[in-house]
Amino acid sequence: MTTALYIILAVVIVGSALGTIMSRNAVYAALYLALNFMSVALLYLFLGAPFIALVQVTVYAGSIMVLFIFVIMLLGAERLAASENLRGQRFLAIALGVVLLAILGTVFISRAELTGIVTPPTAVDFGSPRQIGTALYTQYWLPVMITSMLLLVATVGAILLTRGEGTSIRDNLKRVDEKEQADQEE
Amino acid sequence: MTINDLNTILPLVVLAGWSVVVLLADLWIPKDRKGWTAALSAVGLVVVLGLTLARGGTVQKAFFGTVLVDGFALYLDIIFLVGGLAGIALAYDYLKRMELERGEYYPLLLIAISGMMLMTYANDLIIVFLALELLSLPLYIMAGFARFNLQSEEAALKYFLLGSFASGLVLYGVALLFGASGHTDLPGLVNTMRAGTGNQALFLFGAALLLVGFSFKTGIVPFHMWMPDVYQGAPSPATAFMSVGAKAAGFAALMRVFVTVFPSLSDDLTPILWALAAITMVVGNVLAISQKNIKRLLAYSSIAQSGYLLMAFVPYANAEVSSDSIAAMLFYLLAYTLTTFGAWAVIIQMEQQERRGLEVADYAGLGKRHPWLGLAMTIFMLSFTGVPLTLGFWGKFYLFSTAVEGGFVGLALIGLLTSVVSAFYYLRVVVVMYMQPGDPPVKQNRWVNLTALLAAAVVVGLAFIPGSVLDLALQAVLQLQ
Amino acid sequence: MLADWTYIGIFILVALFVPAIAITFAAILSPRVPGTLKQSAYECGMESVGKSWIQYKSQYYIFALVFLVFDVEIVFLYPFAIAYNQLTLFAVLEVILFLLILVAGLVYIWRKGELEWA
Repeated sequence: MTTALYIILAVVIVGSALGTIMSRNAVYAALYLALNFMSVALLYLFLGAPFIALVQVTVYAGSIMVLFIFVIMLLGAERLAASENLRGQRFLAIALGVVLLAILGTVFISRAELTGIVTPPTAVDFGSPRQIGTALYTQYWLPVMITSMLLLVATVGAILLTRGEGTSIRDNLKRVDEKEQADQEE
Repeated sequence: MTINDLNTILPLVVLAGWSVVVLLADLWIPKDRKGWTAALSAVGLVVVLGLTLARGGTVQKAFFGTVLVDGFALYLDIIFLVGGLAGIALAYDYLKRMELERGEYYPLLLIAISGMMLMTYANDLIIVFLALELLSLPLYIMAGFARFNLQSEEAALKYFLLGSFASGLVLYGVALLFGASGHTDLPGLVNTMRAGTGNQALFLFGAALLLVGFSFKTGIVPFHMWMPDVYQGAPSPATAFMSVGAKAAGFAALMRVFVTVFPSLSDDLTPILWALAAITMVVGNVLAISQKNIKRLLAYSSIAQSGYLLMAFVPYANAEVSSDSIAAMLFYLLAYTLTTFGAWAVIIQMEQQERRGLEVADYAGLGKRHPWLGLAMTIFMLSFTGVPLTLGFWGKFYLFSTAVEGGFVGLALIGLLTSVVSAFYYLRVVVVMYMQPGDPPVKQNRWVNLTALLAAAVVVGLAFIPGSVLDLALQAVLQLQ
Repeated sequence: MLADWTYIGIFILVALFVPAIAITFAAILSPRVPGTLKQSAYECGMESVGKSWIQYKSQYYIFALVFLVFDVEIVFLYPFAIAYNQLTLFAVLEVILFLLILVAGLVYIWRKGELEWA
């Protein structure tokens, strides 16, 4: 039962990932990506990590996908160009990907004796929000604080790089209005 | 317990806290008084430098062993903090002159430095990853600071996309290492691998991914593609700061993680490191020859310097050589920092509006018209080449001798030959400055001048006492474990 | 553990099936009398004009970016709230510090005039 579910899920994940990179319409690509995020979230759930699954849904499938679609709409870039800028990069990429897979395959098969199995933690509620909360705010509180600094930098960067110097959008509009008025007076 | 933890990393806490305070204070500082923000940031850096020096190199662990403060961290932190001061000195006049002046530059610089300091403390792969992000994010923003300039936007976008790709690889590597051993802390990883209970194949794959990620940050061929464009497009003070900070922090991560955790993989990793070092030295130096733009020239030069640094790192798993090799790298990083900031200080004075004054040909006559600047630039170019009587010479000398000591004579020979090649393009700048007539317009600023002259004086001055500097670096290394 | 989630999965499947069955039955059983009025998008009110795929105002984007930052903040606060009664006073101080740093971001946005809709 679990194996069958896992296989279905795997097919959906790989299929939606392929759909993301192959569809010629950026909006469809974004929707495939949303499907991919959702199915990966289900995979996390199967692996016994409900919290990560919920984060995947709220942050990735929720807000990040919204951002993606915003950008696509903002740029009016829903139709992707049919040709590539770099000639032959697709074949090179496929070839190199196959080489990487082959190398990894050989390593994992030929060195089978080296692939010892690490026993996963067996606590019943391992990975539950409560466990994560306790771990985050006792053992890993330095990383949490660093993350808050990262979020601060992200906020500053988002504001700084999306708009002009020392002026709010309202000021900019006012300036445009004044300029138009001045033009009309001329 | 927890207060002690904070006390252990007090300089970092003060710096990060101060950067938030400066960021907020800047919101109420009027537009024409942004000098205050710069001054506040500089004061913060000086205080943190004092705290760092006062703490000294005593070995302390904190935060459940995820953070390790030692001489290695102390040595690199001093480089980062002094580099931050130089970064502010270079930026203040430049940003004003180029009409880019916005107060956020300085707090972002402080946050980047906190990331770099955190990287030197990291004793856990989670901290390594977060430090990498904390130092990279502000640098992405600083690269795009001239946001109405297309080149700057391109630089920021390129740096961000490739940088986050590299971060993704590092994160994947961390995940695989965790999967291989069940640990993210470096001591735990080492113990699992020694006991032979981990998954070797995953372990090797994780190590390879970490190597790729760190190579992106340090600009090692073939992961160097972003560097010339980003160096050229970003505002010059940001380039100067990132070329020192990101590189030194990347190498700090490489040294700490690889020497501590991966000696058992040396059979697999040494040939890869050998090849990477060799290509980096060759490609960096050969491509630099044809560069006409001084910022691109220094970008390729910076790639080549990464190659030299990596060359000394190849025998990292050899317990007898590894401490010498790290000492040589730390020494070279000091020489590289001083020389780079000095050279960029000259470039910043030469740069005019609209990105003019950046071609090598624009330097014609600089040596005659502005003898001090010309002399300083000559010293930096000689130091980059590795000519005696400069700190760069001793740096390269120690790097080459560790490579030979580790038994990699062939690699040292490649390094020596490419150094000869590099003399061609470094000395061309000197030749243009002195032999060709011209009257370059120079925007003198006392802080930038001070940086250039001080760096030149130290590059020459320390070259007379290389032994004691190396002793400092050696002390820093012995406490690495 | 997984069994708990299976119930939710079954629930979702059932929830999908019920309306599907209703719609199918309606499609099979109902008589078909097409007409122009019935085929219009709305039987009353205005016809919609233009495409629904339009360019949004760029300020939405800045709001979305900022929202993302605070969305990630929730990810850290949720496990804290769940584990609250197991944590020490120190953890509460940590969360306050965490929030203060993010409030600094909010102050930055507010002071830059980015919260004003123009």
